[in-house]
Parts: sequence; C-alpha cells; structure tokens
Amino acid sequence: MTHTLPFLLQVVDPQLPMSDGMFALVSLIKVAVVFGIYMGCVAYTTFLERRVAAWIQDRHGPNRVGPQGIFQVLADGVKNFMKEETLPGGASKVLFILAPALAFIPAMLTWAVIPFASPLPIPGVGLVDMVVADLPVGFLFTLAIGSLGVYGITIAGWSSNNKYALLGGLRASAQMISYEIAMGMSTVCVLLLAGNVHLNTIIMQQASQGWNVALLTMAFFIFAVAALAETNRVPFDLPEAESELVAGYHAEYSSMRYSMFPIAEYANIITSSSLMIALFFGGWDIPFTQWDNLPPWTITKTLLTMGLYVGKVIFFVFTFIWLRWTLPRFRYDQLMAIGWKVLLPMALVYITAVASAVLGLDAAGLARGSYAFRGAMLGMNVVFVVLVFWVLDRGRIVSPAFSRVERERIAKLRDVSARSDLLSGKGA
Amino acid sequence: MQPNQFHSLAFSFAFYFFGLTAIASAIAFVTRKSPVAAAMWLVNVMFALAGLYVMLDAQFMATMQVLVYTGAIMVVFLFVIMLLNLGHPSEIADSRGKWGKIFALFIGLAMLAEVMALNRSNTIDRIIPADLAAKAAEAAATPLAGGVIGPIAAPLFKEYLLAFELTSVLLLAAIVGAVVLGKRRTDAR
Repeated sequence: MTHTLPFLLQVVDPQLPMSDGMFALVSLIKVAVVFGIYMGCVAYTTFLERRVAAWIQDRHGPNRVGPQGIFQVLADGVKNFMKEETLPGGASKVLFILAPALAFIPAMLTWAVIPFASPLPIPGVGLVDMVVADLPVGFLFTLAIGSLGVYGITIAGWSSNNKYALLGGLRASAQMISYEIAMGMSTVCVLLLAGNVHLNTIIMQQASQGWNVALLTMAFFIFAVAALAETNRVPFDLPEAESELVAGYHAEYSSMRYSMFPIAEYANIITSSSLMIALFFGGWDIPFTQWDNLPPWTITKTLLTMGLYVGKVIFFVFTFIWLRWTLPRFRYDQLMAIGWKVLLPMALVYITAVASAVLGLDAAGLARGSYAFRGAMLGMNVVFVVLVFWVLDRGRIVSPAFSRVERERIAKLRDVSARSDLLSGKGA
Repeated sequence: MQPNQFHSLAFSFAFYFFGLTAIASAIAFVTRKSPVAAAMWLVNVMFALAGLYVMLDAQFMATMQVLVYTGAIMVVFLFVIMLLNLGHPSEIADSRGKWGKIFALFIGLAMLAEVMALNRSNTIDRIIPADLAAKAAEAAATPLAGGVIGPIAAPLFKEYLLAFELTSVLLLAAIVGAVVLGKRRTDAR
C-alpha cells in the first residue's frame, strides 16, 4: 500500500499527461459519464426522428407527454418494459436472447475511440483527453467493431425460426459486407493525406491543412452512402423491408428485446455521424482559427470545441432522419449493384487519383500544408465532383424529374401502361 | 513507460482472461453439434486472440484479426451455414467415428509435446538471427512516423513488395476461379 497511494495525492501540472493510477480512475469516470450521456442522446434521437418525421409529413407527431412531448421517451421505455417477452416455438433460445445484445454492443463500443473536444486540464489530475479510449489504431478500431454489428442482425434472423426473419438476416449480412468494403476504401484517401490512423492526429492534420470534406469530397460521399447502408435505414432498409418481409430480422421479437434493435440503429446513426465528422469535418476543430488547436489547453477551449462538435453531430443526425423520410427504398438488385458496381470502382479510381496527386505534389516539392498543395487538391476535387455528379445525375436528380423527358419517351411510357391495362383486363 | 506492480497485475489478469477464454471457446467450438453455435464460439476464439495480440503491443494485428476474420470471414461462414440449412443438429452424424477421434487426440498430444519441447530448448533463439533481435529492440525504442501502421507498411511496400504483389495475384486468381466455377454451374442447368 505504501507505494500505491502517493500518486493519488501528489500535485500535478494540469498541462502534463496523467499518472497511471489517475489514468485508470479518470478512464472509469469517463466511461460512466460518456455512456450515460450517449444513451440519453440515443433515446432522444428516437424522439427527434418521430418529431422530424411528423414535421416532414405535415402532422403533429408525439406531443402529449410533457411540454412538446419531451417525456415521450420515458413513456416508451416504461411501455417496452411492461410488455410480454415472447419466445417463438423452435427458436434457438440462447442465440435468440443473445442477438439483441450482439446488435447493440458494437454500435456503442465504436464510439469509445472518437475524440469529442480538445484536452481538458484539471488541476491536481493532469491533462485529460476528451476521448474514452485514445487507441493508436484509431478508425481501424471503429471499422473492426462496426463490422461486428452484422452478427446481431444475422443471428436474430436465424434463431427466430421464421423464414421472413431468416431472409432479413441473410440480406443484412450480404449488404453489410458489401458496403464495408466501399467504406474501408474511402478511408484510404483520408489515410493518404493524414499518414496515420489515429483519430486525434487526423483531426490535427485537418485543423492545420483544411477539412477533408473540401479536399476529398468524393471519399466523403462514398463514406456517407456506405455509412447510411451500414445503419440499415431507408433507402437501404432491405433487411426489415416491412412490405416484403413483415419486419425482417426482428419480426419475432417483442418488448425490450425488440427495443434493443432500434436502440442499436440510433446508436449507429450517432456513431456514423461522429466518425464522418472526425474523418471529414475536422472533428472538434473550430474552422479558420488555430487558437483552439494549440496548448496551453483551457476549460474554455474544451467547452467551445465540444459545443461545436455537438452541433455538427446534431446536423448529421438530422440529415440521416431527413433522408429516411424523403427517399423510397431500393430494390435488392439495385442495392447490390450500387455497392459493387458504383461505389467500389469509384473508390478505387479515386484512391489512385489521390495517391498520384499526393505523390506528384510531394515530388514537385510542395509542402503538405501550403496553399499550392491545398489549391491543387481542391482543384482536382472540383473536377471529380462535377464529373461524377454529371454522370450520376443523367438529367434526373439535380434537375426536376419532369424537365428533360422527351415527347417520344412519354408516348412510349403511355403505350406500355395502355398495354398492361389490356393484359389485366381493365382496358377492355 | 516504467513497468510497475500495477502494470504487471493488470497484464497477468488480462493474459489469463483472454488465454482461458480462447481455450474454453476453442473446446466449445469443436464439441458443439449445431454449426451456428460452433461458428459463434469460433468468433469468440478470434476475439480472445485479438486481445492477446493487443497485449503484445501488436494493435494493428489485433484490429486486422477482428476486421478480417471476425467481421468478414466468419460472417461469410455464417451466411453459408444458414443458406445450406443443415437441418437439426441431432440429425448431423459425426463422420469421424471412434478411431478418427483417437487418432486426432494423438495428433493433438504430439503437437502439444512439440510446443513444450520447443519452449524448453533454445532452438528458436538459434534460428532467429542475432541482429534481428537487436533491430526489433531498436525499432521498439524509437517511435516511427505513421503511428502503429507505419512500421508494418514500410517493409511491406518496400522490402517485400514482390511477395506482397504475388500474394495479391494469387488472391485475384482465386476470385476469378470462384467466378468461373459459379458461372459453369448455372450454364449446365
């Protein structure tokens, strides 16, 4: 005991890293605090989704429990706990009970490595990093743990002993493997610029050289689409597709076990948003100033960067919800085609282009942070964005759907619908 | 970082936790009759091994273990098991029989004896060139650019580039082979 206590009592410079014992203690506190706040945010994301959905569809949404319905989340929780837990006949009992946890835990674990503010100096403790676990493998950890989320869904589908649930589970595993590849490929471009996978290093690189979203817009686009597919939400919600598969992989679940799946989905939304911010939107960096990135660290800097970070997360969560209530669902073959034939080749071409550009600019003797380097990357990026969106658009997405349809095409479509009327006997 | 009592206690706790988990899961993996349960136990083995890699300061290896084996290969295994739908576990006969099991037991014992013998002898020290150990110690002492991936990426894309490219050609050949086999079956129908 004699040599275990003093390190807790000694006076420490708050600008220096913590001692080992303090590190263990502070880590435990960080885990507890971040877990609590994170779960609260997940719960309120469900509420936000319902209110935004109602707003988009021009109705009221849940507004009865408390002012503007803010206690709806608590009411939902109580309701879910009070419901009966069912176990379908012939289900594999252990795996059926394990599956919701398998879906939920990876979604939450991923958040552990994401930095959310500048380091906080606490007098007598030392410099506390504002990240739960500052792992040197950085975003590789999030990709690795994120790839485990598929187990929960697949096992849920299989153990339910229900053919619709099994189909949902199979779709989920195929979909998540396909989109993980495109997601991993898009992060390679970030790696080429940052030269490290450590998330705080990537954020610092963006703080000094400009956000990656401006220099690597295509990588961000691919990452965002893949992240949307990984969360299994509309337009990629094929695993649950209620009009085809009843409710897909969670058709047999009830009560709190069912509730774990939506919780995992919303946790995934927050995690994907945080990862996009860390990789492409400068993490907790305040743009156009270096004041927030340099020591000495102060509590003001921590609070300001955290505030901006929360704002960015709310923006992305809102975008996820906005997309869900705007877009229709893909067909299964379209989903696979987008993953393998569009996103993956696009990512490979883009990696080659970015790697060549970085190699060429380095060979030309331009420093990484210089205006010439950034200007050249930005120029290449603009060319890519214009090209890709011109190809993807084909006169339909950016311009209104009705604007460029030729007269012959309309006549042809009318002819087809007239013939299908004849076939079904309606036109006779 | 100076090792102290706190470190060594945490280290041995983590070592026994991951080691025993890996062994127990491996035993469960070979004894379960349900293919899905066996696959899930194998996932657990991979995870425990990843934990052991982290303890050896091989964070990149640990991440790749989880990302490639647990997150991709085992998911495909599960996918295939579910598609084949092997029926109820009790209907799947154990094709190996009594003699096969006894034979397997002897092979396992022989390999265990070999590992123990290697551990006691100084053969490994003699096989590894003396300067390699010095190099490893030197590399461990000096922090390299590129964090944990730099020290792996630099030899892979400089010294061993040919081997790396040949491996990728091998994988490409395997993919093309799989596509050819898949196509032939649909044409025959």
